[in-house]
Amino acid sequence: MFYREAGQYKTSYRADQALFPIRQDQIGMLLILAVAFIVVPLTQSDFVIDSFLTPILIFSLAAIGLNLLTGYTGLLSLGTGAFMGVGAFGCYKLTTFFPHVNIVVIIICSGFLSAAAGIVFGLPSLRIKGFYLAVATLAAQFFLSWCFIRVPWLYNYNVSASIEVPERLMFGIPITGPTATVTTRYLVVLSIVSVMTLLASNLIRGRIGRTWMAVRDMDIAAELIGIKLYPTKLLAFAVSSFYCGVAGAMLVFLYLGNAESESFNINQSFLVLFMVIIGGLGSLLGSFFGAALIYGLPIVLRMLKEGLGIAVTSATLENINFIILGTLIILFLIAEPNGLARLWQIGKQKLRVWPFPY
Amino acid sequence: MHLLYQIFIDPFVQMGSAPDLLVQTLWEGLVSGVLYALIALGFVLIFKASGVFNFAQGIMVVFAALTLVGLYAHGVPAFIALGLTLGVMFLLAIAIERFMLRPLVNQAEIILFMATFGLTYILIGAGQLIFGGDPKVMISDQLLLPSGAYRINAFGGFVQMQKIDIAAAIMASLMVAALAVFFQKTRIGRALRAVADSHRAALSVGISLEYIWVVVWFASGVVALATGIMWGARSNVSFALEIIALKALPVLILGGFTSIPGAIIGGIIIGVGEKIGEFYWGPLFGSGIEEWFAYVIALVFLLFRPQGLFGERIIERI
Repeated sequence: MFYREAGQYKTSYRADQALFPIRQDQIGMLLILAVAFIVVPLTQSDFVIDSFLTPILIFSLAAIGLNLLTGYTGLLSLGTGAFMGVGAFGCYKLTTFFPHVNIVVIIICSGFLSAAAGIVFGLPSLRIKGFYLAVATLAAQFFLSWCFIRVPWLYNYNVSASIEVPERLMFGIPITGPTATVTTRYLVVLSIVSVMTLLASNLIRGRIGRTWMAVRDMDIAAELIGIKLYPTKLLAFAVSSFYCGVAGAMLVFLYLGNAESESFNINQSFLVLFMVIIGGLGSLLGSFFGAALIYGLPIVLRMLKEGLGIAVTSATLENINFIILGTLIILFLIAEPNGLARLWQIGKQKLRVWPFPY
Repeated sequence: MHLLYQIFIDPFVQMGSAPDLLVQTLWEGLVSGVLYALIALGFVLIFKASGVFNFAQGIMVVFAALTLVGLYAHGVPAFIALGLTLGVMFLLAIAIERFMLRPLVNQAEIILFMATFGLTYILIGAGQLIFGGDPKVMISDQLLLPSGAYRINAFGGFVQMQKIDIAAAIMASLMVAALAVFFQKTRIGRALRAVADSHRAALSVGISLEYIWVVVWFASGVVALATGIMWGARSNVSFALEIIALKALPVLILGGFTSIPGAIIGGIIIGVGEKIGEFYWGPLFGSGIEEWFAYVIALVFLLFRPQGLFGERIIERI
């Protein structure tokens, strides 16, 4: 009744191709952003922001990165964790070399390092695809994790083999390191994620995104209509790793505070992959849903346990979490292979015709 | 120049000067290769019959071994426990077919692949919940597996061979032979090959897909149990095996996704290559290159022969 586009006439192609062609969507988006930027920092406790919102936003960005590669270009990758690691360790090295450069600039630059790594390990995609490519990206995962342990230069020869985030100021306010407040870090993360999501959505609406999707749907046909496969696939690898790298750098610098090789192991890659699948392959919105569900589920379970006072050990809880996660994945694939994003679309469609569905 | 010497000449000089060490390394590589091959065999069985790339094969190995050890710990005699574990794997196969494969029939390969990820998580959670996550000792004595080692004086030194490793190698060859006979000679084996060729054609000549899937998942469950016993007897039964099982992926790439001999030969190449690489070239890069060496071998291999050593030629240009 309230959500329908009747009476909103488009008089130009430009208006028709806008990011949010429906006015309700524009208003809704602005509202969400306003809530995220203004209401949340004012009303929510540090606990909610630090244990839910910040990490979910960061993982959403990683999921978007993987989604660009797997969901939009159809190239399966199991090396997300390693590319996030390249971003994090790259960011650490860069800020060691250039301590006076703004840390946000450094975080974005570390994305380029990760993109370079992505291109190198994406080279096999020129000759192989599908499961074979997945194994090739596993090579990236294991090789890079090994580097994070065995190359002491990467963590400045720290005895603990981990990276400690130094304090960095922006406009005189500390935004990384132990003195930065939860809210500041949240706002920085939110700004970066918003801008990069906007970029991604414009990228996939434009020529580049369309070539990616053409390659995904049928590579031979794509080649026939004049898309050069190699540069297209490599670009997908580069952009995807760029997003993952920025997410990894943010994970360490704006959330964890310190990290070692373990933070970027194969399980991290799988986790991001699950976020993408459950959220929906080929949907930016789905990446957010997936990250919220997969990251939030264990925390909610833990809070449920404390709230209900059930006497289970944390190990048991973790196992139950594993079982629930696995069951959810299978159920989702059976019920809705297109993920949460598809459910959202169905809901929106229902809302459009409500209350007169015929 | 010195680096080039260290990479290209020095390892071979070492090999020549201490042939007993070389043979020992080769043997160890061969043995771990056989175990990789056994895991890869489970993958190949399922991939051939149902086109599912079963990511859960590694965890099925752990699950089978855990069930066996867990049952024994509860007072069930060893061989009855073995039989019961086979029963559990059969029930697991039925459950997987009924609740995972049947609803997902006709979905894209990648969706099925993802579903086996879900299965992996369920099995990890269930296994740890029921049997606990701590490493356990395999009941190898009770299963009448040999222990101890042969020491052979040769090559200007000695070579040590664990009896259990020899048993593993013999068992792997027996299993491959049995599978080959099963696939070539029996009625079910023929049906399996028919399904592997084309689901639809198989259906139209009256082969029940559901039945075939249960059979093939059970067969790979049996392979998983055998792998679990052998691996558990060499080290412990623990969830660390799951990561090691990922090593079976480069094996598959080398051998081809659809070839049983390929899985065996690929496994041996990866196992030997990895041990030789670690022993002779490892010190150059700092140790631990074993972790990724197999993947790099596979990666290089992929660039030259994407279908693997024995895989069916993929008639598709990419």
